[in-house]
Amino acid sequence: MSPVSRGFHGRRRVPAQQAGRVPPGQYVTEDFPVLSAGPTPHTPTGNWTFSIRQGGSVRRSWDWLQMRALPAETVTADIHCVTRWSKLGTEWQAVSMDTLLDQVEHDARYVLAFCDGGYTTNLPLADVTGGRAWLAFGFDGQPLPAEHGGPARLLVPHLYFWKSAKWVRGLDLLDADQPGFWETYGYHRYGDPWREQRYAGD
Amino acid sequence: MAGTALRGRLTWQNAKVAAVIRQTARAVTIVLDVPGWPGQRAGQHLDVRLTAEDGYRAERSYSIASAPGEPVAITVERLDDGEVSPYLTDELRAGDTLEVRGPIGGYFVWDPGKDRGPLLLVAGGSGIVPLRSILRHRERTGSTAPARLLYSSRSLAEVIYRDELDNDGAGVTVVYTLTRSQPPGWTGHAGRVDAALLAEVAWPVDGEPLAFVCGPTSFVETAAQDLVELGYQPGRVKTERFGATGGR
Repeated sequence: MSPVSRGFHGRRRVPAQQAGRVPPGQYVTEDFPVLSAGPTPHTPTGNWTFSIRQGGSVRRSWDWLQMRALPAETVTADIHCVTRWSKLGTEWQAVSMDTLLDQVEHDARYVLAFCDGGYTTNLPLADVTGGRAWLAFGFDGQPLPAEHGGPARLLVPHLYFWKSAKWVRGLDLLDADQPGFWETYGYHRYGDPWREQRYAGD
Repeated sequence: MAGTALRGRLTWQNAKVAAVIRQTARAVTIVLDVPGWPGQRAGQHLDVRLTAEDGYRAERSYSIASAPGEPVAITVERLDDGEVSPYLTDELRAGDTLEVRGPIGGYFVWDPGKDRGPLLLVAGGSGIVPLRSILRHRERTGSTAPARLLYSSRSLAEVIYRDELDNDGAGVTVVYTLTRSQPPGWTGHAGRVDAALLAEVAWPVDGEPLAFVCGPTSFVETAAQDLVELGYQPGRVKTERFGATGGR
């Protein structure tokens, strides 16, 4: 039972029309805050590839133009950052992860996304397939800005947004779950915002 | 497992407010008495949770201002459109109870036993808070790592921990830059942190300096980028960004 904070009334109760869209402990922002570890990399699309790797070898790789030639869709999603902001109805231009993973035969159960700058994050395969994850290259109809993860980032909106790795360059297919960057620093392995899985053990 | 963070679940704990110390017109330091607190590392943060009478809750993260081994303290700057920070800066008093959990974070952390090399600390506004923990930790552990702090503040009156920073001991150089107003006779820097100022203040790269940059998003974006362009290894530029959401 939490003690009442004397004199605290709260100013950001979730409005009724947003109920059911904002996970516990989150507040809605209209801004698009930036949270990253380290300086922002700036990889020109001419040097960019997206690779699916397994056991140390590249199973399939796309350069920028090959990736952009794949079927793309506009994805509208609510996103939730572990630092407690949620942004509703964001609009992305993206290639479904299914489109990419369907081109590689495998029986992996987990993936570790890897990125420019050395960032990694782990996800169960089931969370990046079935129309629930994308490789996003556009935001609001514009190229994705570098500070928001451009040229391309993962988009996995049903998990806390650190799982939507910025500057992503590929996925490692894994048999066993392997914690990524924030996960080794005490953040939750899975990160479901609806269960408030912020930190290890939540 | 000495020295290893063998962590269980981070549970919410009741913390007694031991003192509220006014730092500037907009910032206070809140000293907490948290029974069983496991101790913080320099640069970590904690979560604060407030509960209204009707059960409504708000949580935010705040950087820890005190060094490892000191009582837990956070320094909070008031954001006028914020929900939690105005309560903490204006309403909270010694003797009140706050719910906290932590410490959190293992990336934006300085460990003098592991991280050799000169320290470059770059603060924008209340981004000084975790860097102050690092400076105090350096002092308390007798670290010989030389440190330079470049601290950007809107005005001299808004500089947090000024007395302490002006009296920092051997091996620490503090450089202020004031972006909005400078007092009469000010001989220090004015204007925003830019590549030229960083080139002047930052350690040369050949000594393998370790940089910690903390402040608002745009400040951190620019300063971190400038350091990389000066030749700093991206992996040795640690950043902590405050989203400009009015959330804190």
